[in-house]
Amino acid sequence: MSTYLGMPTAPEGVGHLRGSEPFPAAARRALANTQLRHNLAMATATIRAKRAAVVAEVPDWEELRAAGQAAKAGAMRHLDRYLEQLETQVQARGGHVHWATDAVAANRIVTDLVAATGSREVVKVKSMVTDEIGLNEALAVAGITAHETDLAELIIQLGHDRPSHILVPAIHRNRAEIREIFLREMAGVDPALTDDPAALAEAARLYLRRRFLAARVGVSGANFAIAETGTLCVVESEGNGRMCLTLPDTLITVMGIEKVLPSWEDLAVFLQLLPRSSTGERMNPYTSMWTGVTPGDGPQQFHLVLLDNGRTAALADETGRQALHCIRCSACLNVCPVYERVGGHAYGSVYPGPIGAVLSPQLTGVEENASLPYASSLCGACYDVCPVKIDIPSVLVHLRARHVDEARKERRLPHAEAIAMAAASWVMAEPRRYSAAQRAARLGRPLGRRGRIGQLPPPLSAWAQARDSPVPPSQTFRQWWRDEHRKPS
Amino acid sequence: MRIALFVTCLADTLYPSVGRATVRLLERLGHQVEFPQGQTCCGQMHINTGYQKEALPLVRRYVETFEECEVIVAPSGSCVGSVRHQHPMVARACGDENLAQRAEAAGRRTFELSQLLVDVLGVDDVGAYYPHRVTYHPTCHSLRMLRVGDRPLQLLRRVEGLDLVELPDADVCCGFGGTFALKNSDTSTAMLADKMRRVLDTRAEVCSASDSSCLMHIGGGLSRLQTGVKTVHLAEILAATRAAT
Repeated sequence: MSTYLGMPTAPEGVGHLRGSEPFPAAARRALANTQLRHNLAMATATIRAKRAAVVAEVPDWEELRAAGQAAKAGAMRHLDRYLEQLETQVQARGGHVHWATDAVAANRIVTDLVAATGSREVVKVKSMVTDEIGLNEALAVAGITAHETDLAELIIQLGHDRPSHILVPAIHRNRAEIREIFLREMAGVDPALTDDPAALAEAARLYLRRRFLAARVGVSGANFAIAETGTLCVVESEGNGRMCLTLPDTLITVMGIEKVLPSWEDLAVFLQLLPRSSTGERMNPYTSMWTGVTPGDGPQQFHLVLLDNGRTAALADETGRQALHCIRCSACLNVCPVYERVGGHAYGSVYPGPIGAVLSPQLTGVEENASLPYASSLCGACYDVCPVKIDIPSVLVHLRARHVDEARKERRLPHAEAIAMAAASWVMAEPRRYSAAQRAARLGRPLGRRGRIGQLPPPLSAWAQARDSPVPPSQTFRQWWRDEHRKPS
Repeated sequence: MRIALFVTCLADTLYPSVGRATVRLLERLGHQVEFPQGQTCCGQMHINTGYQKEALPLVRRYVETFEECEVIVAPSGSCVGSVRHQHPMVARACGDENLAQRAEAAGRRTFELSQLLVDVLGVDDVGAYYPHRVTYHPTCHSLRMLRVGDRPLQLLRRVEGLDLVELPDADVCCGFGGTFALKNSDTSTAMLADKMRRVLDTRAEVCSASDSSCLMHIGGGLSRLQTGVKTVHLAEILAATRAAT
């Protein structure tokens, strides 16, 4: 697209942002997983209903959405200024700030910081960005064990699994499966453990409590950072995050650069939008905020790692940059008919669902994730629920165009498709050619039996696997019209 | 009123009865229908598949064909959605600001059928007779791009003899999505299966919508499974009268 000419080049993101196979193939496998289909349908229906109920309570919801959108757009417009202000404020209050261009740099910074404390273990607050950069694996290489303390992240870690949802990473698991994972993997668990949710939560509580009390280093992400005071904010439900943020001597926070907000007034908007959109609650149970280091209270060493990992590249795309406004509420996942049927793993990235389909390809470069912009029927349900009004369908269409344009430039368009599209364009640009093509379509009439066609050649065979097609009529509309209007009236 | 019909390439080629029904309905209501012969296709398939450059001549054709018309109607929510929202975007992406503005002007005068009837012509009782049990799928682009709301249902409720049954989870996509049904045909089929289940649960004889593409998808599935449930476009129901049956 012309918008790219003269734009500064920025590094593309690395980490857990790409799958090993294209979306349609991964989706096909997921669709055949009966347990997954059932778990997802139940969970997304429940959370959809909860969200709808609490959003309906807010009379000025649309104004709030508009305010959230405007605040994010403003923050992005002067991102350089707010990030430097944040850095200055954090340093002034006793914290240290590190800049990481990509996942590799961020992992190195965090690993060195942990190693310098002499600790071989860290406790972690649930964080998407450390999943994105693959921090746990990087720490493991350095001989450091990361303990996930969010209940769902713990289920994922113990199950040697991957997260499949932004907010509810173990949404693809039901309680019977969780019980099995705990019995198999959780050291010291009661062998008589049942799949009663309270019993499962108690088992996790006992297991995690030991880790909280022993931890010397905590690692977190951040939901928001406030530039004017250098304050970080984490929003959560369980209180396990609060433990990690307050008990250790050293706290290391990794944050995508798009999380910065200019002021506390902006935060007020998002603390109304986020809980209702994500968990379907009026307010989340735990909101932790900290500003640098407070002597004698909480961590005495605080490090903030500011991560780019493809975000500057996304910011350079005028249409696509709105994906950076995302506050990770996951409302778009819960309403997406594609996500509900295939789950998060099919997207290959830690960011699944509609927002993942617009964010991951921008962080990695579209060619690295070319199947994701097509993983949507463009139904628009995601746009309707987005608390910051990200026009996901339009960004998907835009990224499809970027993919086609880049392929066109390098002369490697999908051959049959490109030819078909060019031919259809040529035909339909001229009514006479179009009428001729309609006459040709009628040659398909003998394929029909009892008014329908059951089989078609590729690529239409994919359609015909599950759907009949109409038999072309003996007369098109325009022929009928001409016949009608030739008659004397 | 003089109303220009944009019949859409799909209805023109595969579902001419939808175009004929639209003409019959509007003429019965006392309006004069024109069919500008230069029209072809809105280019939505090109745009949504990423081929904006190939869509540009189709955007230009639409604008040149219809920009002199006072009111334009199309029996398709998604084609009208494309005309209104995507045409200016494509023109701008291709650097043609003049065309973008002309496309915006033409888009403002282009209406989906139920919007034209209820908002522009101010009717909800079109004098139709259709003695069947019908459920209605509102289609994504009508709902979320055009915000037609319950206008189609307002029209159907006034049809004599029609037994309207509510479709559960009506606002969920049927899985068509244009080339999505080809590129992601398995996921599309899974969505179609759930939509068909909802339709069958209503025990309706007929599933209606105001978009031939969604109906082609739902109808293709219902036909393949020999359900006996028919898909009928909203225009065809509204055009039906006692005299015509």
